[in-house]
Amino acid sequence: MTNARRIKATGSSPLIRLRGLTKVYGQGEAAVHALAGIDLDIHDGEFVAVMGPSGSGKSTCMNIIGCLDVPTSGEYHFRGVEVDSLSSNQQALLRRHYLGFVFQGFNLLRRTTALENVELPLLYRGFGSSERRELALAALDSVGLTGWETHTASELSGGQQQRVAVARAIVTRPAVLLADEPTGNLDSTHGREIMDLLTEFNVSLGITIIMVTHEPYMAAYAQREIHFLDGRIQQDEARSLRGVRR
Amino acid sequence: MIISNALSLAVREIRRNLLRSGLTTLGVVIGIAAVIAMVNLGEGATTRVTGDIASLGRNLIIVSPGGDHNSGPGTTAPPFDVADAESIAREIPGVVAVAAVSSQLAVAVYGNANWPTSVLGTDNAYFDVREWSVERGRVFDAGELQAGKAVCVIGETVALELFGFQDPIGASIRFHKLSCKVIGVLDAKGQSSFGQDQDDLIILPLRTFQRRLTGNQDVALIFVSARSGQLTGKVQQDVTALMRERRHIPPGQQSNFQVSDMKEIVNMVESATGILTALLGAIAGISLLVGGIGIMNIMLVSVTERTQEIGIRLAIGAMERDVLMQFLVEAMVLSSIGGIFGVGLGLACSAIVGHYLDTPFVFNPLIIIVAVGFSCLVGVVFGYMPARRAARLNPIDALRHE
Repeated sequence: MTNARRIKATGSSPLIRLRGLTKVYGQGEAAVHALAGIDLDIHDGEFVAVMGPSGSGKSTCMNIIGCLDVPTSGEYHFRGVEVDSLSSNQQALLRRHYLGFVFQGFNLLRRTTALENVELPLLYRGFGSSERRELALAALDSVGLTGWETHTASELSGGQQQRVAVARAIVTRPAVLLADEPTGNLDSTHGREIMDLLTEFNVSLGITIIMVTHEPYMAAYAQREIHFLDGRIQQDEARSLRGVRR
Repeated sequence: MIISNALSLAVREIRRNLLRSGLTTLGVVIGIAAVIAMVNLGEGATTRVTGDIASLGRNLIIVSPGGDHNSGPGTTAPPFDVADAESIAREIPGVVAVAAVSSQLAVAVYGNANWPTSVLGTDNAYFDVREWSVERGRVFDAGELQAGKAVCVIGETVALELFGFQDPIGASIRFHKLSCKVIGVLDAKGQSSFGQDQDDLIILPLRTFQRRLTGNQDVALIFVSARSGQLTGKVQQDVTALMRERRHIPPGQQSNFQVSDMKEIVNMVESATGILTALLGAIAGISLLVGGIGIMNIMLVSVTERTQEIGIRLAIGAMERDVLMQFLVEAMVLSSIGGIFGVGLGLACSAIVGHYLDTPFVFNPLIIIVAVGFSCLVGVVFGYMPARRAARLNPIDALRHE
């Protein structure tokens, strides 16, 4: 935890800084270059939408940023700390203290109540049970699930499950929330609910959000759109007005 | 993560997946129970068989006519007589009791009831060498033995078959052409381990038996009781020497009689049941191995199935060691629960089966430790190894695992 605490925001360096990042699957003839050299800076408080066709490398890039996967080559700095040089335990601490995840498939623990799912990251952070409960209830409340705490994941609708996942991601107040197609399994109404929540946490809590999406109208919630194609960044544009296409 | 957290997490996971936990535990339970039951039953059988043989009489030596290849009821070797028995009692030191015994089959009749049984002719020394006493009535007195009176002591089975609820003492029973007064009923000895009912007999004074039933002076067997277990070997040698002399067997020629020491028979039977126990132990070992493989399978499958869960935990900040701690504690809790139930079931099975087989219940702590230790070791190792494999994956690979 001491190592993790050393990671502090420094005025000059960006939150996330990627240089020449590559990821190659397989070897020799069969090698697939999922990422073919990515340079990218993301700053505190941004809301970034990552778009691109399937297989363009956007999810791979997200997973590397989230320390869920390791790059083949290139540099990744998180608040000036070189992530590649961290041990797997240190990377776990980075995830524990700075990152939150929302996945397309929700990835909640089955047969586990909404409350317990949200408490889980707090458990690994070492919070006591009463504190865990308090924070988790507040997080569930902030996603509008008051009254659903004792329902297990399988008893909730897709939209509700994703809201539990969002609550689980933000309950620790992470620096960055990584969302990989968070609305991919939802209809547009529930999708918009999730997007509203993400926007709200971005604005009110200052959580940096990096979101992979296929849908332009979801990307429109973001301030910045990055387009991937064939493992490279094809286009990176900032939008002055949030949600112009809404 | 603190141990208590890991424990509560593990207990929560176990309760959440009762079926999976139950199946895992079942493997441990059956593995342990099978081994404990088998070894305990084997030992119970051994204890019973040796106990039965000892119940024939302690430090007992049996002298019977016939050589190694010419013994038993059809032997052509000359029989003994009362003088042989008397000379053993008189001349061999370390002998406390000598009983000459002859027997015959007969159908005993009382009123409307009749019962085929064996009739023994002997004297009061027989009750000493067999360590047998009368439950009701009395043994023979000197006058009855001397005069060959028609009196008898009967076994429990004969008393039940002929008299039912009536008191047999003082009644007269008939067999062959003899009418005989019952003066005593023996204590029940029950079945011998060879399935023979030891209480199915009638005992007469030897003289009565010889005069009224066989009409000769023959004695079929001589029972000799040594003063102590250490003396039986010596007494056996002395009896052999004495009988060779009395039967005029020249040196170098084989004896036409046998002197067998019950201790030898006990040893022989003990080595036979030892083989039985070893065999049961081997079977138990195999069941332990099979149980272990069962535990291993369940653990491998259930942990592999939970790879995605491990991925989720890693993604939200669990370290490899947090995940391992959880799975280790889960495996240990399940194995311990399985161990407790396994020991309980194993002991219950050996007690119940032992009750029906009429073998004593033997408690062997060593086998319990071995069985529980092995099963728990297997459970923990195979709960731990796949979890470690999963926890070492890139989190994204664990997450994507279906």
